[in-house]
Amino acid sequence: MKKKQNGTTWMSSGRLLSMVAGICLVLINPHAWAAIDTYDFADDETRERFHVLTTELRCPKCQNQNLADSNAPIAMDLRKEVYRLLSEGRSDREIKSYLVDRYGEYVLYQPAWSPQTWLLWAAPAILLICAFVVVIFIARRRARAAREISSDTPLSQQEQQRINQLLYTESQEKDKEN
Amino acid sequence: MKRLKLFVPLIIFIALGSLLLKGLELDPNEMPSALIDKSLPEFRLPSLENPEAMLGRKDLLGQVALVNVWATWCPSCRVEHPYLLQITEQEKIPIYGIDYKDVREDAQQWLRKLGNPYVANVFDEQGKLGIDLGVFGAPETYLIDQKGVIRYKHIGVVDDQVWLKHLKPLVEQLRAEASQG
Repeated sequence: MKKKQNGTTWMSSGRLLSMVAGICLVLINPHAWAAIDTYDFADDETRERFHVLTTELRCPKCQNQNLADSNAPIAMDLRKEVYRLLSEGRSDREIKSYLVDRYGEYVLYQPAWSPQTWLLWAAPAILLICAFVVVIFIARRRARAAREISSDTPLSQQEQQRINQLLYTESQEKDKEN
Repeated sequence: MKRLKLFVPLIIFIALGSLLLKGLELDPNEMPSALIDKSLPEFRLPSLENPEAMLGRKDLLGQVALVNVWATWCPSCRVEHPYLLQITEQEKIPIYGIDYKDVREDAQQWLRKLGNPYVANVFDEQGKLGIDLGVFGAPETYLIDQKGVIRYKHIGVVDDQVWLKHLKPLVEQLRAEASQG
């Protein structure tokens, strides 16, 4: 009797465990967080292109979200528009330029290289070069300072005198203490 | 030289601070429209008042005019509405409405109740014209010249400040250009 009871509690805790695991799986899946639409795609490749495009395109209304994540009505309309253009057989480039023509360069999370955006693209490289220059500068200065200290240039007479004096007073003080 | 170096963090702080302060003043909604100096897109949509009557781009041309995107679901449009009535009366500028993703009966009732500042209203139920215009909310107002070229776009409520500072000077300039050409 007791054994049977144990069996059932084990079973239900197992079920509980699998439920928790299931919920965790749903939560870590990024698609589960995305806004929900139902679209039928001709093939997996088109589905993949739709996902890539909607994550690369920015929602004009809710500016820190992409089209895939946003629940704004305009994002919904634009997803529908992307889907329509995909099913018309347009290329990714055409779809992007369709949206850029209407909403501006702004909708692209990866804007094209242009007079307005070159600084944005080049900034990481420029900053990296600046950092290298600074590091080299500091390293050289340290090396020079180290060389100056370690070099066995003889002390001048004045310096030697001062050292002697310091050592002398110190030893005298020590004697007093003792 | 060494003294000057002490000021480097302060200089960096001031530079960064003023940059961030500038950022606070910027309105992220104020994006330049991609359609400035481009032609008003072609469309063929029913009129709000009469579902049988179809309106197109040509129907909006001929004069310097405002094209106002509005909807009954948009609270700011209600705020803007009396001002639109005021400028049609005072400034004699035609305003065309685009009723954006709305319910026809609600919109008709809105105009009956609150007054109708529009010369004509395009009923854009699906928001297709809205997408072609780069609309992402309501209200939005476009200024078009007599040839149908978009010359200015304002996102948000048109009020005294917007009208006097941005729209009116441009309207006068465009009218002067039109009378010359």
